[in-house]
Amino acid sequence: MSELSVNHLLGIKYITEADIHLIFETADHFKEVINRSIKKVPSLRDITIANLFFENSTRTRLSFELAEKRLSADVINFSASSSSVAKGETLIDTVNNILSMKVDMVVMRHPNPGAGVFLSKHINASIINAGDGAHEHPTQALLDCYSIRERLGDVAGKNVVIVGDILHSRVALSNIFALQKLGANVKVCGPKTLLPKFISSLGVEVETNLTKALQWCDVANMLRVQNERMDISYFPTTREYTQQFGLNKAMLDSLDKEIVVMHPGPINRGVEITSDVADSKQAIILDQVQNGVAIRMAVLYLLASKIKKNED
Amino acid sequence: MSQKVLLNAKEVQIALHRLACQLIENHDTFSNTVFIGIQPRGVFLAERIKTLLETEYKIKNIELGYLDITFYRDDFRRSDKTLEANRTKINFIVEDKKVVFIDDVLYTGRSIRAALTAIQSFGRPSEIELLTFIDRRFSRHLPIQPDYRGRQVDAINNEKVKVCWQDNDGEDTVYLIKN
Repeated sequence: MSELSVNHLLGIKYITEADIHLIFETADHFKEVINRSIKKVPSLRDITIANLFFENSTRTRLSFELAEKRLSADVINFSASSSSVAKGETLIDTVNNILSMKVDMVVMRHPNPGAGVFLSKHINASIINAGDGAHEHPTQALLDCYSIRERLGDVAGKNVVIVGDILHSRVALSNIFALQKLGANVKVCGPKTLLPKFISSLGVEVETNLTKALQWCDVANMLRVQNERMDISYFPTTREYTQQFGLNKAMLDSLDKEIVVMHPGPINRGVEITSDVADSKQAIILDQVQNGVAIRMAVLYLLASKIKKNED
Repeated sequence: MSQKVLLNAKEVQIALHRLACQLIENHDTFSNTVFIGIQPRGVFLAERIKTLLETEYKIKNIELGYLDITFYRDDFRRSDKTLEANRTKINFIVEDKKVVFIDDVLYTGRSIRAALTAIQSFGRPSEIELLTFIDRRFSRHLPIQPDYRGRQVDAINNEKVKVCWQDNDGEDTVYLIKN
């Protein structure tokens, strides 16, 4: 197979295992490209991409923008705080206005779950979901699985535990879908208040004891506590959360094997993960960031190649 | 579909030896020369010539890299299929080196145009030469000519030239395939 089965990347749920492998193989080539002295290829020189960020983002926006520029695409950036959204414009109107400027692809982050799916039904451009509320964040899951593959050789058969705020996390949901499609075993671990009620219906096991989860796993993906999404108190104090679900060096050293530690960033140092763990050689947090550019280049390249010249 | 043998195993062998000797004439000890096989099929020819120079002519330590040109092609989004990339492997410096591009068939010249752009990402060679096993003359779209050629072939556009190598295809033969 040499083509994606979809025209948009709206979520991991909508793509196949073969799609994920194709993205990984393409990302291997782009990883080599971004380590050259000139890190740029001309593939997307006739493509214009709009980055629409209706919600704050630093690394995802930078990573997408860098990936687009490395592929020689023209890039326009939009953030909700400085736009007409504040004046009451609807999503479709905003996007259609941008598309009338001849934009081929849209990378969108939006606070509402399903915003990407909604948009893909109403406008004529390739959409990449860069995070929609607590729903999906597909490129993050792809780069997480790619980083696991890079470190451990394969994702299939590996035990992966996702620790922390599963309830508010689009990273968790996309990771669960991606890991399962690639044949990994997935557990989630966190306070009961931060685990979705029907999480086991996705085929993942629930573990509320972090030490047991760490003993079981090959990879621990430590999620950030998303204070900004918490309208009520889900645990008594940050200190209590850290005592039960924070990862520290002593816990890592007490295991009889060396596990891989991941974090999608931004890190709350001293809350979900201590500094010495985040900076240890078991942590692949900065590899994840570098792989993010290669994965996003692969996704953009593969989706752009489905926009045929005669449809311009 | 019909096919005709353009070169048999013996003729392929003779052409390879001649190309090796021509390279020696221009590059002597190859101390400042590197080979770049163009992916996907140029790498088989590049490996063969390197081996021949090492075994028959005792020229050791020739640097050989593979260059994939997929992301530099000018037909992205023009064909039905997604262009699939191959591995690029250049573990040496090309800056100020004499680079020899090696590919099996020179047809429109567009691949070599892409390769000339791609190699710049690795540095500025002092000069670049082109070695091609089959030169399909009269079918060029761009002003690109080889410095070394195994055989010149007149083939029309609906014909295809296929170069088979012992290591990959089980035989050393060049076919002209008519659709």
